[in-house]
Amino acid sequence: MTEAHKFVDIRHAQKAYGDLEVLKDISLTVDRGEIVAIIGPSGSGKSTLLRAINDLDSLTGGEVWLDGVQINKDLPYRQYEKHINAMRQQVGMVFQHFNLFPHLSVRDNVTMAPKLLKGLSDKEADKLAEEQLNHVGMLERIDYYPSQLSGGQKQRVAIARALAMQPKLMLFDEATSALDPELVEEVNLVMKRLAEEHMTMIIVTHEMDFAASVCDRVIFMDKGVVVEQGPPSVVFQNPTEERTKEFLRKHLAQHHAQNAAEAAALTAAQTNEGAK
Amino acid sequence: MDIELILKVYPYFLEAAVVTIELSVLTVLLGLICGALAAAARMSRFRLLRIIGAVYVSVFRGTPALIQLFLLYFGGPQIGIQLDAFEAGVIGLGLNIGAYMAETMRGAIVSVDGGQTEAARTLGLSRTQAFRKVTLPQAMRLMIRPLGVNINAQIKGTALVAAISVVELTYTAQRYIGSTYKPFEMFFLAGVLYILIITVTGKGISYLDRKVRLP
Ligand SMILES: Nc1ncnc2c1ncn2[C@@H]1O[C@H](COP(=O)(O)OP(=O)(O)O)[C@@H](O)[C@H]1O
Ligand SMILES: [Mg+2]
Repeated sequence: MTEAHKFVDIRHAQKAYGDLEVLKDISLTVDRGEIVAIIGPSGSGKSTLLRAINDLDSLTGGEVWLDGVQINKDLPYRQYEKHINAMRQQVGMVFQHFNLFPHLSVRDNVTMAPKLLKGLSDKEADKLAEEQLNHVGMLERIDYYPSQLSGGQKQRVAIARALAMQPKLMLFDEATSALDPELVEEVNLVMKRLAEEHMTMIIVTHEMDFAASVCDRVIFMDKGVVVEQGPPSVVFQNPTEERTKEFLRKHLAQHHAQNAAEAAALTAAQTNEGAK
Repeated sequence: MDIELILKVYPYFLEAAVVTIELSVLTVLLGLICGALAAAARMSRFRLLRIIGAVYVSVFRGTPALIQLFLLYFGGPQIGIQLDAFEAGVIGLGLNIGAYMAETMRGAIVSVDGGQTEAARTLGLSRTQAFRKVTLPQAMRLMIRPLGVNINAQIKGTALVAAISVVELTYTAQRYIGSTYKPFEMFFLAGVLYILIITVTGKGISYLDRKVRLP
């Protein structure tokens, strides 16, 4: 621990499902306060890599270190459970499908873990919930249930829930992919705010504009390897690898097609309005 | 239909109905306990427990409840288990319905979205904490109605203990047929009482289900 260590240090990460190699010897590091985007085609192993960081998916080879402590230590079951639970408290994670607890109010979604794991009193927990929900603009929905919220609101609560544990590191796995286009921005704004507060973040995303505007570094993954990484300006505007160029080209084309479709739909709707 | 006869014998049927209710309550309680234990065993991380759970479930679901009752009541004394008919009825049918309830509970638990456990574990909750605080409360809501189906079956299933001479509704009906020769009236009366018990129970279960339903 005395020697200088990288904040997040992934060393030779390998993951295989039977014969299928999903992560092929990936090594990368993330500094404290750094904001990193991981992009790449579907199935390239982005989620698997992210989930390996807090051992939601266990690696078949390699090591993950956080702030000088190895996360995926080789320990007997009981000891490992204790260790991993303590490590996970330091790593917040936000899922594509929110995974809010439907049987708990917004307040209880946020306070459950701090009460249970940090022994906060009801009063302390309430204060914490109010702070965190205020931070994501969801304070006025504190007594709602998840089913009564829009997707964007759910995701903001999920972020507040993760932040309530005061993590050192936040992981986002396509946090806005399941949202209607008009709800994406409110979640992006919350993430931008976190970035301004220098939270260390690893963000798996399909939104290149967002990655470009928020992230210090972009990592392009394909078929279980890191193909290219660098500042957004370089990776997006001046990629060196052919695979990166091709991915960005395809992605851009898709993006345009989608925009065109949305514009067409909007025009159609307006025409209908006019016809009435 | 001999209404007069029905009016004469119905108090005895009411008494018998009380026994049927007692049998139902006790077998359901025993069934819930055995079911919960067996469901937990089947989902344990220890292989031996999983095997024990699975064997229990398949043995009790794979043989007629009547055979289980006969084995316990008539065969029991041979291996030193001496039970009166009522006790044998409760234990035999309780173990039987427990096997069905175990599957109901397990079904509800596994149908809770796996993302729920993941989210809980990600926050740092242990396996047990995640189960207790996140999976179980959701599974409990999901299992109320299917357990209601098990309970409905069990109430009717208590009729089996007539075969080992427990004086409950079905046995009582049979006994009065012997003295009155009016099977239609006797079974009709018993049937009405069963329907009453089943309907009230069903309403109770619906109420419970509504009461814990999420917004
Ligand atoms: N539990 C699993 N069993 C088998 N294969 C899996 C499993 N989870 C993921 N995979 C495979 O791993 C590959 C990478 O998946 P993933 O990390 O989810 O990709 P991405 O997030 O980049 O879309 C895919 O080919 C996927 O089918
Ligand atoms: Mg993914």
